Amino acid sequence: MAKGIFVFAEVKDGKVKKVTYELLCAARKAANELGEEVCAVMAGKGVSGLAAALGEYGADKVFVAESDALEKFTTDAFTNVIGSILQEQQPSAFLLGFSIRGRDLAAQLAQRLGTGAASDCINIEVENGQLVFTRPIYAGKAIIKVTIPEARPAIATIRPNVLPIDAPAAGKTAEVVAVSANVGDVRQVIKDIVLQVSSRPELTEADIIVSGGRGMKGPENFPILETLADVVGAAVGASRAAVDAGWVPQSIQVGQTGKTVSPTLYIACGISGAIQHLAGMGSSKCIVAVNKDPEANIFKVADFGIVGDLFNVVPILTAEFKKILA
Amino acid sequence: MKILVLLKQTFDTEAKISIEGGKISRSGVSMIINAYDEFAVEEALKIKESLGGEVTVISTGDDGVQDALRQALAMGADKAVLINPGTDDVDEFTTATILAKAVSGMEYDLILAGWRAVDDGSAQVAGRVAEILGIPIAKLAAKIDVEAGKATATCEIEGGTEVIEIPLPAIITAQKGLNEPRYPSMKGIMQAKKKPMDKKGLGDLGLDAGAVAAKVKVLSVSLPAARAAGKVFDGEPADTAAAVVKALREEAKVI
Repeated sequence: MAKGIFVFAEVKDGKVKKVTYELLCAARKAANELGEEVCAVMAGKGVSGLAAALGEYGADKVFVAESDALEKFTTDAFTNVIGSILQEQQPSAFLLGFSIRGRDLAAQLAQRLGTGAASDCINIEVENGQLVFTRPIYAGKAIIKVTIPEARPAIATIRPNVLPIDAPAAGKTAEVVAVSANVGDVRQVIKDIVLQVSSRPELTEADIIVSGGRGMKGPENFPILETLADVVGAAVGASRAAVDAGWVPQSIQVGQTGKTVSPTLYIACGISGAIQHLAGMGSSKCIVAVNKDPEANIFKVADFGIVGDLFNVVPILTAEFKKILA
Repeated sequence: MKILVLLKQTFDTEAKISIEGGKISRSGVSMIINAYDEFAVEEALKIKESLGGEVTVISTGDDGVQDALRQALAMGADKAVLINPGTDDVDEFTTATILAKAVSGMEYDLILAGWRAVDDGSAQVAGRVAEILGIPIAKLAAKIDVEAGKATATCEIEGGTEVIEIPLPAIITAQKGLNEPRYPSMKGIMQAKKKPMDKKGLGDLGLDAGAVAAKVKVLSVSLPAARAAGKVFDGEPADTAAAVVKALREEAKVI
């Protein structure tokens, strides 16, 4: 019988991604109710040293596939290696982050294992011995609860930055199980990787996001948001209007055709609050809006709004944050 | 170059969602080609224009989906295939199984699709189809180059992009930024009416309801609680900014 809640431990730049801890804590709670184990699955080059410490967040065991061939992420290599672990271990559930890599693997693995997958979930509960997943659809305009009654493992991808991370049990280690890393036939050849150098946090994992829209008037004005972002340790985002105008890259667009984010604090500057933008940031815990137009839609969802010219307000906001954080 | 495009008809992104009888209501909602699939259609047409060949658009759903397929034909696709699953109780496994079966009976060099649909946002179907067909996939492409026997895609990764080369036949999913989809011309709209629309049922593909039965069961559908409007400060920037920062620390406790 399928047993154990498994979690994809995602490693980037030699560090375990935050969403992994969110997954482990959620898995731990569900596993306690179901009387099952929590196991993490980790694959990569030079990742073994990160495995045992996952015990602090609730992992009982960590299966580690270590190989030079896993240095760069490819869909085929990771699907083959993780697929073999899941086929061998027969878990009842497998959770991944709804990150670029997590959702990539979830689709491939769900089909390979002949099972169902619930994408981009924001909650996991146990009801009648089944995992029940809550997921927003229509960009958050509706919410559904789903279950995967029979097929195993039940696969789900979880939206980063939504589920809480419990205080780690310092010093608790997980049992580390080294497994063979047979990457098989890898058909994706990575010819080049171009990374944008940024000292700011990744948009989907940031605690604070400072975002600009049409009201920014041009790319030359984004530095005032960047200055604010650096004072509060935030990522910089943008609305579709700013991206479509060519002011900032598509990769920082927040909204229905961009990223979905759930930071603790979202500061929207010069953003009117079109439904397609609200879809991407409506689940932020606290929203601050700065807009000249008192009728702007963004004020209907903002916890705190400032009616005013962002070019006057944002520098003063930056100074006030600097004072309070000093 | 024979190119297939997997296409989904979705609600207009501006549509208001309401629930009727425990399900999302479709009444009064205007339907569109999923925005990301529209990038896939456009890219297929551009590749055909430079290399020659044929573009076939494929979808699943009821007869209403013909509108989306006709629009793709009006943009310039050559043929359409529509498979009716015969039920509304579908998940990503259902759709992928049907599409893969339909595709496996066709000739193709390249399959394009949007990376996700704007309605359920699952980002699963293209990956599942690749897995069933046993062909390689590259996801989230913002640029695609096709040459003899291989494709090169510039794809979004966390914090940047990477260039992936894959042998054909392959599937590539489209990200925003790949291109600017064209509007159908009047001539295109007229021609689309005469282009082939091949409508099939599960039985025509050798499938039955059991073979495509959804693995995921929906327990409930609800509307999210509306977010309450908060405090709005109007006045001198020096005062309003200070008041908001104070409120963030003392009331919201997020700073």
